Amino acid sequence: MSSHQKIVALVFSVGLLVLIIELVRRKKLREEYSFLWILTSIFIFLLVIWGKLLKLVMNLLSAKAPASTVFFCGIFFIVLISLHFSVKISHLTNQVKDLTQKLALLEKLLEEKK
Amino acid sequence: MRPLILIPAYNEEKNIGQVIEKIRQYQPACEILVINDASTDDTARIAREKNVEVISHPFNLGYGAVLQTGYKYALNKGYDYLVQLDADGQHDPIKIKDFIEEFKKGEVDLIIGSRFLNQKHYPIPFFRLLGIKIFGFLVSLFTGQKITDSTSGYQGFNRKVLEFYTQDFFPSDFPDADVLILAHRAGIRIKEIPATMYSSSRKSIHSGLRPLYYIFKMFLSIFILLISQGAQNTHKGCND
Repeated sequence: MSSHQKIVALVFSVGLLVLIIELVRRKKLREEYSFLWILTSIFIFLLVIWGKLLKLVMNLLSAKAPASTVFFCGIFFIVLISLHFSVKISHLTNQVKDLTQKLALLEKLLEEKK
Repeated sequence: MRPLILIPAYNEEKNIGQVIEKIRQYQPACEILVINDASTDDTARIAREKNVEVISHPFNLGYGAVLQTGYKYALNKGYDYLVQLDADGQHDPIKIKDFIEEFKKGEVDLIIGSRFLNQKHYPIPFFRLLGIKIFGFLVSLFTGQKITDSTSGYQGFNRKVLEFYTQDFFPSDFPDADVLILAHRAGIRIKEIPATMYSSSRKSIHSGLRPLYYIFKMFLSIFILLISQGAQNTHKGCND
């Protein structure tokens, strides 16, 4: 990886980490949803500063270009995060449906008691 | 035995009044419940003026969720069985008596009103007919009994089915072939009876790109069912 690429990757990973921690501190992001984001930024940071780890991952992926490997790892984590959100959204959709049905049934009960 | 007639409704101000009147004409003693899925027109007001029970969702949840709200109400209120029919006038209420007669015999839990068991039915567009036949074949294959109209919304249930259908697995969008297979696996006895249906004047829930999603969803649900151990393992069975 060229020095320029390393600097860009480091700025991105550190910037992401700072942003996520700040969002958690301001209570705009729950801790449970910050986990995978923090993991992503730390992993990219480690790949950039720890040459041996980058080589190991490159060997595992049979990759030739270090920058592509870092990019691939970033995409891999984003896919994981998206999947995690899809599962959460499905769960929340079920909860919203149950709550809405309960609300409609309770309103009917109130109407009958009036 | 207390029956409840359930009508799921979304923007049906043109038809809901007539449908209620027609049900009253054939079944004056039956209680009627309209579930209004956050209609933006006068569906709820018209239904209330007809002196039926009305439950309104604060926002649109989808056809399956509307039905399930009705099932939960019927269970809470202690109804013995429920007959559901669409609010667009597609299902002829004259056949409700046949559902009730079947339930009185006590030999079935779930009754499907089939347009294909009737000698005459309205012309169905080719691709929709093809879909109905394919899913009918799959349901017949996996339930071991001939089901001709698995997509029919004209159905009746006893309390055993209501208890099963008020569980979390019940889909919010299209409860069709997959749910029938699941019900069969849970030990629910299914029977089809002839039903008179007319062509619907409103836009179908299977219009636009939805048929594609519907086909994908049904095949996926049936596949997941097949690789599951059985309804009793994935969901609470009726005898639990």
